[in-house]
Amino acid sequence: MTMDPRLARKLLFEMVRIRRFEEKAAELYSAGKIRGFLHLYIGEEAIAAGAMQALRPEDAVFATYREHGHALVRGISAGAVMAEMYGKAEGCSRGRGGSMHLFDAATRFYGGNAIVAGALPLAVGCALAQKMQRRSELTACFFGEGAVAEGEFHESLNLAELWKVPALFLCENNLYAMGTALERSEADTDLVEKAGSYNVPAKSVDGMDVIAVMHAVQEAADLVRAGNGPCFLEFRTYRFRAHSMFDAELYRSKAEVERWKQHCPIAAFVARATHEGWLAAGELEAIEAQVALEVGQAVAFAEAGTWEPVDHLTRDVYTERAPS
Amino acid sequence: MARHEFRMPSLGADMEAGTLVAWNIKPGDTVKRGQVVAVVETQKGAIDVEIWQDGTVEKLVVEPGEKVPVGAVLATLIAEGEPAAAPAAPASEQPPAVAAPQRAVTASRPAPIFAGRFKISPAARKLAQELAVDVTTLTPSGAEGVISRADVERAAQAAQAGVPPKPGDWQSQMRKAIAAAMAKSKREIPHYYLGTEVEMTRALAWLERENAQRPVAERMLYAVLLIKAVALALKEAPELNGFWINGAFQPGPGIHIGMAVAMRGGGLVAPAIHDADKKSLPQLMVDLRDLITRVRGGRLKSSEMADPTITLTSLGELGVEAVYGVIYPPQVALIGFGKISERAWAESGVVACRRAVTATLAGDHRASDGHRGAQFLAAVNRLLQEPEKLQ
Amino acid sequence: MKTTYREAMRAALREALQRDPRVFLMGEDVGRYGGSYAVSMGLLAEFGEERIRDTPLSESAFVGAGIGAALAGMRPIVEVMTVNFSLLALDQILNNAATIRHMSGGQFSIPLVIRMATGGGRQLAAQHSHSLEGWYAHIPGIRVVAPATLADARGMLWTALADPDPVIIFEHALLYNLEGELAADAGAVDIDKAAVCRAGGDLTLITYGGSLGKTLQAAEELARAGIDAEVIDLRTLRPLDDATIIASVSKTHRALIVDEGWKSGSLAAEIMARIVEQAFYELDAPLARVCSAEVPIPYPKHLEDAALPQVANILVAAEGVMRGKA
Repeated sequence: MTMDPRLARKLLFEMVRIRRFEEKAAELYSAGKIRGFLHLYIGEEAIAAGAMQALRPEDAVFATYREHGHALVRGISAGAVMAEMYGKAEGCSRGRGGSMHLFDAATRFYGGNAIVAGALPLAVGCALAQKMQRRSELTACFFGEGAVAEGEFHESLNLAELWKVPALFLCENNLYAMGTALERSEADTDLVEKAGSYNVPAKSVDGMDVIAVMHAVQEAADLVRAGNGPCFLEFRTYRFRAHSMFDAELYRSKAEVERWKQHCPIAAFVARATHEGWLAAGELEAIEAQVALEVGQAVAFAEAGTWEPVDHLTRDVYTERAPS
Repeated sequence: MARHEFRMPSLGADMEAGTLVAWNIKPGDTVKRGQVVAVVETQKGAIDVEIWQDGTVEKLVVEPGEKVPVGAVLATLIAEGEPAAAPAAPASEQPPAVAAPQRAVTASRPAPIFAGRFKISPAARKLAQELAVDVTTLTPSGAEGVISRADVERAAQAAQAGVPPKPGDWQSQMRKAIAAAMAKSKREIPHYYLGTEVEMTRALAWLERENAQRPVAERMLYAVLLIKAVALALKEAPELNGFWINGAFQPGPGIHIGMAVAMRGGGLVAPAIHDADKKSLPQLMVDLRDLITRVRGGRLKSSEMADPTITLTSLGELGVEAVYGVIYPPQVALIGFGKISERAWAESGVVACRRAVTATLAGDHRASDGHRGAQFLAAVNRLLQEPEKLQ
Repeated sequence: MKTTYREAMRAALREALQRDPRVFLMGEDVGRYGGSYAVSMGLLAEFGEERIRDTPLSESAFVGAGIGAALAGMRPIVEVMTVNFSLLALDQILNNAATIRHMSGGQFSIPLVIRMATGGGRQLAAQHSHSLEGWYAHIPGIRVVAPATLADARGMLWTALADPDPVIIFEHALLYNLEGELAADAGAVDIDKAAVCRAGGDLTLITYGGSLGKTLQAAEELARAGIDAEVIDLRTLRPLDDATIIASVSKTHRALIVDEGWKSGSLAAEIMARIVEQAFYELDAPLARVCSAEVPIPYPKHLEDAALPQVANILVAAEGVMRGKA
């Protein structure tokens, strides 16, 4: 196949940026700058980077608590994400949400949802609204395979298909819902079959291959935009780090982790792009340097950020009304 | 190159400490950013810990088996660049601590002192304070044995008129109430008396000039100068402004000066001009006029009778030199003014003729003493020498 | 004109659907069945399937879909058949509807209306008789209202739809048949204030929703016994209209709350706390409340009647308050 070198560079840049940003987040969490929970996307970068390529600015995006990568590729600045994780007022959710609740109205990024499967119904409704308003947009909903066990997954797929709403269900199957492997929680681990049981067109994709991801999402998005109702994609992937920072990974072997690291999506793409000639010599180094600068600036931005005054505590529980 | 500290990381919201299980490195080793250098045992199990810096290991500070808090230095290394200025301990760089809410202890509603416990509703207790009813003398009427508002209201009415009021006989009720109050006052209150002469030249001259600029209907009586001077002087002697109730002094909720006004048909009542210290002289005049009108018309509210925190009697018009008054319980002071008259005034060895008034204080010796009383009268005197400041 | 609570609610729905194309109704059996309480009867024929949507039995999904649609610019009315089934959607209501505005730092608002039938008294037994208004009134980020009169059934919906934040409307199931007079041009009413529906000087009776009728009846009985009760219909349960409550208690110095929720941790408890906080020195007697007995609501009539607040309970409690009994 051929690829425009600019696209290749973009995909690589997005993946490297996610990787380095997440590593920096881990470092800052260890240092106590980021608090609460931190769920890192390292190893899964190809999905966010590839999928977002097929989405348009007017589409809506729902994601989970492991959403830093999605937020960055969608267009939320690294500084705003970092400041949000610091809890500073300059964060994309004004510091109120933290790592698990990144929101951004400008990029139609609806979080950052911390209840597994909790965003699926929202995505169905958002897609319903898009259809009722005759807009040609779609709603993309990223979630992990753990969500498939929740009733809301089944209710949402059923309702989405029943009403033929333009929803893209994007399931990132990294094999573990926190510490529980998929085969220990699902009588039938065939996720495509599950989605298919609701008559939703479904496909399984190699989630470590950014090109495969991109093409699959593009194809599904085209179907959805044409008014055919929802689509479901399963991305087979793996997280190289623990579920969150405070996880001893007692549920999987180091050997397994090492095996999957051989399929690192970044390394794989670099190899392919170099071989195919999409990537010039020195390009990767240039990207790393650019990313290092951007991440460094994001940290500086967060460090310099301000704390929201305590007497603003009760703001934004309700919409402020103009005095009547 | 500088020494950098590698500290026990925070790995979780509820991690406070960790036990170093093993080192993967030794002094002299080169380490790279992201390299797993140690294993730490936590409540969740053993976790690989990585170092975030390139460098050379200098010293391993913590030994395997040691439990240390998050942020403690585990090892040092020599690396390029300056060490991170902020320590890794999570305690630093936290948002500003929320200031503890101010604990203002105000005595806005001082509780009366009771000898024993009995049941009274909050509303009844509040009303009792307002009407200056001694709750220890009340009997509850309800079946539950709780003193209610109705009980307090009944007691307040009984205190003001020993006899059930005849409709339309407001004035005779008042006289009866005064008789009872005066008798009680002389029985229970240890009065002390102080007097002083106050030169009124400046005050009267100032008043004359003020009144010349005013229409007749708005001209002020010199009484308002006395009222204001007394009100401001009370701020310097608060023990004279308030009530003696149930064996203790309660400061008045404001400076409400009871103005003794003669009733037609005899007798004196002293309803309150509220917050006299905060009102202008013209406003005091308006209030005074209004009170006098309503006294004469029989239109006073019972709360106005209960409100004064001190009483002022000015009997100058009747030609009396000085007033030796009787305090209205539960107040603790009464100020009297006699007539303004020309007197021989000796000053710096010369005798001149000046207009002056004799001001007296009757004080409840349980609440104040002569020293305090004297300070008060001196303040009244002082204030009346600068009438323009009384506005 | 003579009408019923049900018809008033239907008129409110019709008006909303006619006036604002963004409004649509979804819920179980709201379309072809005509609504499980017949509130939406005829609306499917009038407005079509796009705007009157029958949903599968998926409370979580369709309440969440309502939230998502509101996020994306629609004005959905989600009907949850009863509060008993709303528990399946509690995660969407609490973790999404009530919190998205706050978690996003104020970027999004959710102008959603959820309507639910509530209450017991029809021998429907433990799983179909809950009064959980107090639970919902506990949650910051949503508004909770309880129309108890025809005018409120007619008028609260429009105001709720215009509100940029989520509003839950509780309709006591026994109110649907309530008959009465309603002005022909009755329209939107506020959802901010409680209403003094009977003025009085001796005792304040505070209640909401399905208990209003019983409370007014009790007030009439008390009047015959020489006790002049003031009755407050709370109308809005979150936020509570403290000012109206406190003004009344400051006048009467006695208060009794009638609440169909279970006593412990009830809305009545919250109101008592607020009265003590704000009007302690006005109280001439201990506060009192009449709530449901601490029991899952039983099926047989005599036991259900004994479990729920009745006029007789209110009278006994009121007389106790007048005596000053703790």
